[in-house]
Amino acid sequence: MTRISVNVDGIAYQDDVEPRLLLVHYLRDRLGKTGTPIGCDTTNCGACTVLLDGRSVKSCSVLAVQADQCEITTIEGVSSDGTWHPVQRAFHEEHALQCGYCTPGMIMASIDLLKDDPDPSEEAVRDGLEGNLCRCTGYCNIVRAVRRAAQEMRVTAP
Amino acid sequence: MTEQIKEREALGGAEVGRARRRKEDARLITGRTQWTDNIQLPGMLHVAFLRSPMAHARITRVDASGALARPGVVAAFSGADLAGEQGSLPCAWPVTEDIVIPDHPPMAVDEVRYVGEAVACVVAIDRYAAADALEAVEIDYEPLDPVLDMTEALKEGSPKVHEAGNKSFTWKFAEGDIDAAFRDAPVVIDRTYVQQRLIPSAMEPRAVVAQTDGDQFTLHSSTQIPHILRVMLALTTGIPEHKLRVIAPDVGGGFGSKLQVTAEEVLCLLLTRRMGKPVKWTESRSEGNLTVHHGRDQLQHIRLAAESDGRVRAVQVDLLADMGAYLMLVTPGIPLLGAFMYSGIYKMDAYDFTCTGVFTTKMPTDAYRGAGRPEATYAIERVMDELAAEIGVDPMEVRRRNWIEHSEFPYTTICNLTYDSGNYEAATERALALFGYDKLRAEQADRRERRDPVQLGIGISTYTEMCGLAPSRVLGSLSYGAGGWEHADVRMLPTGKVEVVTGTSPHGQGHETAWSQIVADSLGVPYEDVAVLHGDTATSHKGMDTYGSRSLAVGGIAVVRACDKVKEKARHVAAHLLEASPDDVEFSEGRFQVRGTGASRTIQEIALATFAAHDLPDGFEPRLDASATFDPDSFSFPHGTHLCAVEVDTETGATAIRSYVAVDDVGAVVNPLIVEGQVHGGIAQGIAQALFEEAVYDVDGNLLTTTMADYLLPSAADLPSFVTDRTETPATTNPLGVKGVGEAGTIASTPAVVNAIVDALRPYGVHDVRMPCTPERVWRTLRSREEESA
Repeated sequence: MTRISVNVDGIAYQDDVEPRLLLVHYLRDRLGKTGTPIGCDTTNCGACTVLLDGRSVKSCSVLAVQADQCEITTIEGVSSDGTWHPVQRAFHEEHALQCGYCTPGMIMASIDLLKDDPDPSEEAVRDGLEGNLCRCTGYCNIVRAVRRAAQEMRVTAP
Repeated sequence: MTEQIKEREALGGAEVGRARRRKEDARLITGRTQWTDNIQLPGMLHVAFLRSPMAHARITRVDASGALARPGVVAAFSGADLAGEQGSLPCAWPVTEDIVIPDHPPMAVDEVRYVGEAVACVVAIDRYAAADALEAVEIDYEPLDPVLDMTEALKEGSPKVHEAGNKSFTWKFAEGDIDAAFRDAPVVIDRTYVQQRLIPSAMEPRAVVAQTDGDQFTLHSSTQIPHILRVMLALTTGIPEHKLRVIAPDVGGGFGSKLQVTAEEVLCLLLTRRMGKPVKWTESRSEGNLTVHHGRDQLQHIRLAAESDGRVRAVQVDLLADMGAYLMLVTPGIPLLGAFMYSGIYKMDAYDFTCTGVFTTKMPTDAYRGAGRPEATYAIERVMDELAAEIGVDPMEVRRRNWIEHSEFPYTTICNLTYDSGNYEAATERALALFGYDKLRAEQADRRERRDPVQLGIGISTYTEMCGLAPSRVLGSLSYGAGGWEHADVRMLPTGKVEVVTGTSPHGQGHETAWSQIVADSLGVPYEDVAVLHGDTATSHKGMDTYGSRSLAVGGIAVVRACDKVKEKARHVAAHLLEASPDDVEFSEGRFQVRGTGASRTIQEIALATFAAHDLPDGFEPRLDASATFDPDSFSFPHGTHLCAVEVDTETGATAIRSYVAVDDVGAVVNPLIVEGQVHGGIAQGIAQALFEEAVYDVDGNLLTTTMADYLLPSAADLPSFVTDRTETPATTNPLGVKGVGEAGTIASTPAVVNAIVDALRPYGVHDVRMPCTPERVWRTLRSREEESA
């Protein structure tokens, strides 16, 4: 067992974990952070995407011990004071989800994408989300949502 | 929001037809969704399954005792340990009287017949401990020959999957004089198409949680069919139906793959019964690729006879359908759902269909988005293009010469289906305009002339399909084991809010939103005042669940009917309170009014008065609720015209979709946003079959595509934007005028894409490319044509 200290969605945790424990299982099974789902076991689908010190990672391919001393943001931590993040709002407005299983990862990857490129073209969104799979939407509305969120975030940016 | 208000004004206040943003979204985008794997119960144990590494083998020894010594392990079982109680997984669709339905133990006892079949399980205190201990289970196998090719499997002397042989059934349908039609036919097209095996790949892997208090059992499962599952599990396990509650919490997609009674569901129930503790099993993706039922896998021999002007005389189909190793819930019925669709939207004089279900040592096949209809539509739409090429006429013109004209509806097809409504002309005209058909044809001619290494191809799919499963009588005549009705309960609560209980079981389709829109209009209550309950047999006691694009066209109508009954009851209370005759009380926008007077009561006031029950008509039961079960007389027949333009690089074989236009006619629309989403997703899934996806087994019967790195689901970067539009020809078979939409896109798009690729390559002598049309396949097809002509 290894002792780790992490901050998840603004709360500090200290835990003893097996070195092999995946971050996503730590989040889900130990912390009850079930907002982050698991869609595959080979890092292909991106459903489990979270932000690790601000950058998107697939939490199925990170060990909990690697997250020691890190700040983790999951889908459960992106809205503040009950106000949805612009990307969450845009996914709702553009009907960018159906079953919603890929949605937490898709939103987290989109937030990271918009940090790098606040005004992405359609092609840039498609390329940027290549590591996140959706089986329901055909991606059209996801692309629209990300670009809508980008516009909203640019308008409201200080 | 302003957008929504504008829409509402345009619709005169109506909810139906409005692009409501979904009620479901709030929990899904904030991570508060209830997936089955989220469930943690006190004392819960975790199950891991050991799976066969052999495609076909006799089990000669199982020793699970080693697992028991591992840390955290509570129990371990082999198939033999459970043989007395595990029963046989059900097949509810015995399509012929002499069909062979082999025994299908949830956990193999004597013999394994596909890679991935469960042979033992370990129950432990956490998922890691359970998985670790699997390696301590010892099993000896005596290898048997795998059976992998359907044609070989039917030959004399082939190794046998089951003692009874490799043929499960042969099913036939014929109408008209097929021999006369083919005799002296000026044009005969004869083609064989391979519908490759697909893996449905819902994003949420399957998960099961079973628990018992010693008397009652509760099963949570990531399923599309909680109601059917309850009945089938009761029959399979012997747990009485009334002691078994099945819950489908939030379910992350299905596409048919969760229309199943799975080994793991049965076994988790048995384990909780044996051990008295809650148990959970969640599959990994690679486990799922092996053991979630697969789709398609048919070999289609299609012949078409036509006049020299392209008018179709007849179609003859000889189909081999790979059942896999066993028949699962509706495995043998899937090709039958296609049997009636090979005539598509076309008129003809004769049709002949034969299907043989074949056993192989692979994962069983079963329903996958479209289920039989995509295969049929692919074959007829591909062959119509071949006919056009043969007689040198534009493929759209050939379709026009054959399709059912708008003035001919209702039209009974050669397959004895009565298409109630449709307007192929209108959808096609709109699609051609959006696509810029003539301009693209001109560019294609130019590129052909220039011998451009990148050729342009145009693909057409003028599809229709039968969906909205229902009608019970028809399903019965096809030997299906259940009905096709759907049920709804609608109840007004004392405060005027409304609860709707639906027998449909949404897993992404947005029923909470769409049913709320229907109820808001019908009862004249605010959309926000309606809650839709589903997916739990304790609250939704009756239903036939969600598949086959049936939910709105069957379940939505049940909701309408239940609302009508509630209103009728309320009218009597209103009349009583207003001291008028019920016949003089009119209902409009949530208010009962005595004709010609100002006296009125809102439906909310009636709800409260009914709750109080102080002053009700004599003999009136104090309840403002009603149930309705709807069983339509016919299927629904959405249709549309899909057009696809591809650029094919003849030097590399790479295909790029340049534009995709879809004009669908799904009848009246409750929520255009949800409909558009269904169309988008459907098109993507059909394109995926055309270009990317295939479940591949090696010569020993090992599945090679066990991960998402090997089985290629398209990402956003692999797909274009789609241009979608609709025409609206209302169905005449239900009061809302709606048709199904869930599978239409998938049914339409696969032939549109492959027709486009073949169209691009026709100058090179290519008349088919086997799916998926990967760059390598396209390249090899081109090179082999070159060699042939050299």
